[in-house]
Amino acid sequence: MMQIACPWCGVRDEPEFICGGTAGIARPALDASDQRWGEYLFFRDNPKGIHHERWRHAYGCGQWFNVARNTMTHEIRVVYGMGQCVP
Amino acid sequence: MSCVLAMGMHAEGTELELVRETNSKYSAWSLLRGAFSGQSHWTPAWRDATPKSAYDIIVVGGGGHGLATAYYLAKNHGITDIAVLERGWIGGGNTGRNTTVVRSNYLYPESARLYDFSLKLYEGLSQALNFNIMLSQRGMVTLAHSRHDLELMSRWANAMRMNGIVADLLTREQVRALAPALDMSSQARLPISGGFTQARGGTARHDAVAWGYARGASALGIDIVQNCEVQGFLRENGCIVGVDTSRGRIRSSRIGIAAAGHSSVLANLAGFRLPVTSYALQAMVSEPVKPILDTVVLSPATGAYVSQSDKGEIVIGAGLDLFASYAQRGSFSVMQNSIAGTLELFPSFSRLPLLRQWAGIVDVVYDSSPIIGPTPIRGLYINCGWGTGGFKAIPVGGWTFAHVLATGRNHELAEPFQLDRFVTGRLIDEAAGSGISH
Repeated sequence: MMQIACPWCGVRDEPEFICGGTAGIARPALDASDQRWGEYLFFRDNPKGIHHERWRHAYGCGQWFNVARNTMTHEIRVVYGMGQCVP
Repeated sequence: MSCVLAMGMHAEGTELELVRETNSKYSAWSLLRGAFSGQSHWTPAWRDATPKSAYDIIVVGGGGHGLATAYYLAKNHGITDIAVLERGWIGGGNTGRNTTVVRSNYLYPESARLYDFSLKLYEGLSQALNFNIMLSQRGMVTLAHSRHDLELMSRWANAMRMNGIVADLLTREQVRALAPALDMSSQARLPISGGFTQARGGTARHDAVAWGYARGASALGIDIVQNCEVQGFLRENGCIVGVDTSRGRIRSSRIGIAAAGHSSVLANLAGFRLPVTSYALQAMVSEPVKPILDTVVLSPATGAYVSQSDKGEIVIGAGLDLFASYAQRGSFSVMQNSIAGTLELFPSFSRLPLLRQWAGIVDVVYDSSPIIGPTPIRGLYINCGWGTGGFKAIPVGGWTFAHVLATGRNHELAEPFQLDRFVTGRLIDEAAGSGISH
């Protein structure tokens, strides 16, 4: 089982968290083309390796944060705050 | 086959024998004949080929979908200069990791047509392939635990009937008769109000489906190449012209990807993106016991998805680990949830030791419906997005993918399942529609 270091609560077991999918996807302008909008909504890099993703400590403090995690090994490289650049 | 045999005539005796035997039909007669030679006459069911430098068509991925694609390319379209390139061993990915359930209980007409075509192909597959896939149409019972569940299920079953697929609503007593091991006591944590069944649903031997298609394809002259990982795609003037693999460069102007959970990795190598996220889906089996459950039971409310294999193992399908993963293992917490739900339904299973637990990497798209057709790169096609339900779709996935690879035009059944629906918004949202995550 993964353990995730919540920035507020410390290291907790993964079932306390909910993954919110890929982090750092910018919403396109309202007049964006259907193509661009479809890409924003549905298309993902889905990397085999380091993935930047959002997590929420749903059964804890309820806060969102970002995680850089290896999708092959599940090893967490770094945890960083919402709105922060990837360290 | 006559030309293969004729060529064999000039070769060594053993080679000739091999060609003959791999193309010979399995029958009671061949079994009887073998009785006189200690059954020592059996030869490999298919050829483990060394790749040539070029093919008419390359199929990337030697799972059920890839092998079925190759088989139908030869069978339906007469194209046999084909290689199936498999990174590991055939059927070693999701084809060998699923819960072996086949069914076509979908809500929308597009899905109903697609999956029922698949089930019909399954119904004739042992005969068509001359390979026993051990199809057992033992039915699948979906449980309702409340009046609201029952109402939703009558909508679901009626939608299936509207699409021409027989589904029957079940009373509590009918459920009890179909699966007597269910906890129907007044203390049951999950009271059972009834449910519905698709009697034509059931199970098939998953490995046999891969091996049967491989044998059929190989007999028609197709090269099945194992331990051959695609590491890059070759393009000229925007068109696909071949692949670089761990066993060298192979040229082809038509390439089909059928790589399930690794679809995004291959798309990335080719230079486009997919609306796919890869997740680990796990399953597990208990020790074998005597027959106790002769139908497939699904309880959508608890996620319990249970059947008994012909060997006697209780097969339990769990839910997804809901974070992106390429690790072929599942979380303990998901396993625990699934077992907890199963044991509430079947208390008598509580003392069964689990023998094995594993996971496969599934390619989930937003609307839980597949993608079968062209990619943004000319000559490159993809069959993916089956998510957690690819096994039941192997025959139709192969059939429709072979059609687009052979003709360049989408098969009628596959027309709604194109990549462009994620731009037009014409989604076929089966997860929301029928309440199943496959």
